[in-house]
Amino acid sequence: MAKTLNSRIPEGPVAEKWTNYKAHQRLVNPKNKLKLDVIVVGTGLAGASAAASLGEMGFNVLNFCIQDSPRRAHSIAAQGGINAAKNYQNDGDSVYRLFYDTVKGGDYRAREANVYRLAEVSNDIIDQCVAQGVPFAREYGGMLANRSFGGAQVSRTFYAKGQTGQQLLLGAYSSLSCQIKAGKVKLYARYEMEDVVIVDGRARGIIAKNLVTGKLERFSANAVVIATGGYGNTYFLSTNAMGCNCSAAMACYRKGAYFANPSYVQIHPTCIPVHGGEHSNQSKLTLMSESLRNDGRIWVPKKLEDAEKLKAGKIKGSDIPEEDRDYYLERRYPAFGNLVPRDVASRAAKERCDKGYGVNNTGKAVFLDFSESINRLGIDQILQRYGNLFDMYEEITDVNPGELANEINGVKYYNPMMIFPAVHYTMGGIWVDYELQTTIPGLFAIGECNFSDHGANRLGASALMQGLADGYFVLPYTIQNYLADQSIWPRLSTDLPEFAEAEKKVNAEIDKLMNIKGKRSVDSIHKELGHIMWEKVGMGRTKKGLEEGLKLMKELRNEFNTNLFIPGSKEGLNVELDKAIHLRDFITMGELVAYDALHREESCGGHFREEHQTEEGEAKRNDEEFFYVGCWEYQGSDEKAPELIKEPLEYEAIKVQTRNYKN
Amino acid sequence: MWLFNSSIGRKVVMSVTGIALILFLTFHMSMNVVALFSGDAYNMICEFLGANWYALVATAGLAGLAVVHIVYAFLLTAQNRRARGGARYEVTARPGKVEWASQNMLVLGIVVVLGLLLHLWNFWYNMMFAEVTGISTVYDPADGYAYILDTFANPLFVVLYIVWLAALWFHLTHGFWSAMQTLGWNGKTWFCRWKVIGVAYTTLLMLGFLVVVLFFAFQDCLGCCVG
Amino acid sequence: MARNISFTLKYWKQNGPKDEGHFDTREMKNIPDDTSFLEMLDILNEELISEGNEPFVFDHDCREGICGMCSLYINGHPHGPATGATTCQLYMRRFNDGDVITVEPWRSAAFPVIKDCMVDRSAFDKIIQAGGYTTVRTGQAQDANAILIPKEDADEAMDAATCIGCGCCVAACKNGSAMLFVSSKVSQLALLPQGRPEAAKRAKAMIAKMDELGFGNCTNTRACEAECPKNESIANIARLNREFIKAKLAD
Repeated sequence: MAKTLNSRIPEGPVAEKWTNYKAHQRLVNPKNKLKLDVIVVGTGLAGASAAASLGEMGFNVLNFCIQDSPRRAHSIAAQGGINAAKNYQNDGDSVYRLFYDTVKGGDYRAREANVYRLAEVSNDIIDQCVAQGVPFAREYGGMLANRSFGGAQVSRTFYAKGQTGQQLLLGAYSSLSCQIKAGKVKLYARYEMEDVVIVDGRARGIIAKNLVTGKLERFSANAVVIATGGYGNTYFLSTNAMGCNCSAAMACYRKGAYFANPSYVQIHPTCIPVHGGEHSNQSKLTLMSESLRNDGRIWVPKKLEDAEKLKAGKIKGSDIPEEDRDYYLERRYPAFGNLVPRDVASRAAKERCDKGYGVNNTGKAVFLDFSESINRLGIDQILQRYGNLFDMYEEITDVNPGELANEINGVKYYNPMMIFPAVHYTMGGIWVDYELQTTIPGLFAIGECNFSDHGANRLGASALMQGLADGYFVLPYTIQNYLADQSIWPRLSTDLPEFAEAEKKVNAEIDKLMNIKGKRSVDSIHKELGHIMWEKVGMGRTKKGLEEGLKLMKELRNEFNTNLFIPGSKEGLNVELDKAIHLRDFITMGELVAYDALHREESCGGHFREEHQTEEGEAKRNDEEFFYVGCWEYQGSDEKAPELIKEPLEYEAIKVQTRNYKN
Repeated sequence: MWLFNSSIGRKVVMSVTGIALILFLTFHMSMNVVALFSGDAYNMICEFLGANWYALVATAGLAGLAVVHIVYAFLLTAQNRRARGGARYEVTARPGKVEWASQNMLVLGIVVVLGLLLHLWNFWYNMMFAEVTGISTVYDPADGYAYILDTFANPLFVVLYIVWLAALWFHLTHGFWSAMQTLGWNGKTWFCRWKVIGVAYTTLLMLGFLVVVLFFAFQDCLGCCVG
Repeated sequence: MARNISFTLKYWKQNGPKDEGHFDTREMKNIPDDTSFLEMLDILNEELISEGNEPFVFDHDCREGICGMCSLYINGHPHGPATGATTCQLYMRRFNDGDVITVEPWRSAAFPVIKDCMVDRSAFDKIIQAGGYTTVRTGQAQDANAILIPKEDADEAMDAATCIGCGCCVAACKNGSAMLFVSSKVSQLALLPQGRPEAAKRAKAMIAKMDELGFGNCTNTRACEAECPKNESIANIARLNREFIKAKLAD
């Protein structure tokens, strides 16, 4: 019998669904809130904002983070900005247009109702953050400033220098701190969730590891919210922080939560390229904000011989005059130019590099050039906008993009930046319904951790919007609908057999890892996984490559299970043990990405199958067969292939069509 | 009371007493300079500031300020060392921005206090103290000019006074703007202004003292040259 | 093109807050100078693990200078010799062949060592919890443009808000004072109209908590400002002093 999914989308036209939902949902009375405990795992934008809001509403919140402080969560690294449909710029923006752009940007693979709700609450987020003291950029008149981002023709992005994520997270962190002081939120820092505990079919607690003492601890609650981010680090090299992992999500997946659309992985076009070639010691990739594409122009040489000379180090980018430069994004996509969505920009860069026009010594980079805008606006103006990014780039590469490098025929040329695509964000995630509840009752997933709002590709400045929308404005409502009848149950003791069993299982897994006593370090195996993922499950995927990838990952799991070496013991702090647990889950995650990519015989957004492209090399969707959310169900063992369940998509407000950024 | 039990309060006490002491030094320097022009005029001031009730009250107040400043300095240093913890860095470096004086205020302060004790023994003990207690002294307690001549005829005292003034200069160049900073009368624009004002003021102040010391140390020489 | 350098690495090993601690030394050979400092430590750890030893433990996360997780006191400077950069933004090209590189933890009574160079900075969270926020209920805010804020004020608040809470100021200060950290948060909120209603309460509460947690007194040495990876200014400290004194005088 085919399994079906109930996405619980409310009745009514798309613009009225959320209002209707709120009007009719069940609420929890203030007295009962005091009896209800909620576990929130993660303190990024989604986790911190949810924990703060739930605490403020009166629930007892237990909030966990793996870092030493909630403020370190990786949301902090988001640079560019946050979208909202305020239309402060009077450029024709509206809730509908933000909704439309997000659905279109997601290549028509997002759930319409969720996206509309996201666009609807976007304005409240800006109000909320300003009230918290988030110092958004302002104009001289004192009004909030905006800039434009990829995939949009309006300026709707609010920003705080190149550190918007930092400021928004610190805002959420400050609200969280306020609730911690009020005693409504209890914080557990340097704790990692290892498993979710299911009692009578409902999520009723977690097993968490105190990372300093190494001890496993049990926590019970009436609902569990995971806000643990994405799985980009499966690729080893990504723009994610070193600690980002998908272990909490995998724990939920293994307990029966469906994993949706894992193949939708966003490759960000503007990252600093890998240095040092094949045997690089590089540990992570650094993003250069998408906002740079506002004033920077992306190009490669027109002539192959120039590209060869660049690779050999005989000439520099600034030696190539205007007429010999190929601004390929402006050429291919005249309407959006350098501001096409990320997936499009990344693929276009790969296409040029594959044809031999790459400009680094590795041949894997393109130029991002500010000469034209510096000449037009002056260096001061450009430095004011991007000074900190230029500094960051110089510190890493020893090249200053604001430095005048050459003058040819009276035209001044500045050092171009070199950039290349890198794994950045994962649109896929734990499947959730309209209420952000997973397939396990009482288990909720918010932020990057869930799959719901970005379809097959996320637009720039939308991740911050989604994280905060979920945490401040969606989950605090929808979770009440679930909790409304839960206060009749007494608090669960953590001595219940379900807790004991979950802890025992986690403990056994840890012993298994400690006892392998092989030869290889965690990182050396993780690098190998990353290599397989990037080569076989990366930007350009093929049936053959994906099948090879799956085979290689199977072998790698075997290597991991037989030849891993973790020094030290499981008692006390053991960084290598924690990394090994993450890697175990990354391997399973990698396979999940490959299974989904293999089954999805079409190209859409972040998922590009080379078999399915137009003659011009654009992605070719197959709406006939693949207009659905691909959800995967765990089959009891990491070794077994997961089973596919489909959630059909239904669009009523938007007409599905081919994405067009050309005119 | 926040002046005792908060870190900023304790620093406010340091700043206020410090500024008061700087004002006293200003007054003292002005008085000293008189000696360059007329011994009689100088002695008139000495007499005016002898064992009169207002001078005694002022002296007691001044001593109080100094004691509070010094006691708080030791208190703050003890707290700061505790905050630093038991372990010391293996390698340390002083960034260019950091003035040497700022990290050695206590040491400089101790040198200043030692100089002060010498100074009290040279002058105050023989003058105000003698006048009040009636102990016998070499010169008349109101004849400050005589004590100046006597003290700076001794080259050892001259050297010690110069060292003292140098320490005071370092102490005050940091202390001046630091006091403004602690009282909150500072900001990005005023930072440089206070620093310049502080250095200029302190330098003038110390030059004022130094001139008197040097004038009387080399008075004979000067006399010879002129004569 | 990258050049390779070889140097001696002295790094701090300590098993816990009560443990004595000592330096281990290792010769690092042929490290490409376009390697980041933390990648160099990754190489060290790979070597240690391949020899069957436990790795050298240090905090790190985003590796792009924004999360504030990385610490390390390198050759006498918190976050190493580069200015305006965190440890993770430090590259080996700053060092030369034959150097001795000494790596120590933040040393301050308020930041006890957890293991090796990993220290406990939860005291900073406690200071923020004492008052580093505006009390605002979710969803009840007025329109974001309802209160106009002069660009200069917004920009200055942004500069103050740039603090990443890494604890470098405490590590650099001979007094173990947290004033630069506290003043950055107080300044950000004091400069914005949204933060004014609670400004006096905030300054008093945060300073009281800071004192209680055993941080030292600020003696204006400016070491914090000189070493701060985000170039926070001691003008913030002056503002905090002002806010605090004003609040106390108004009591």
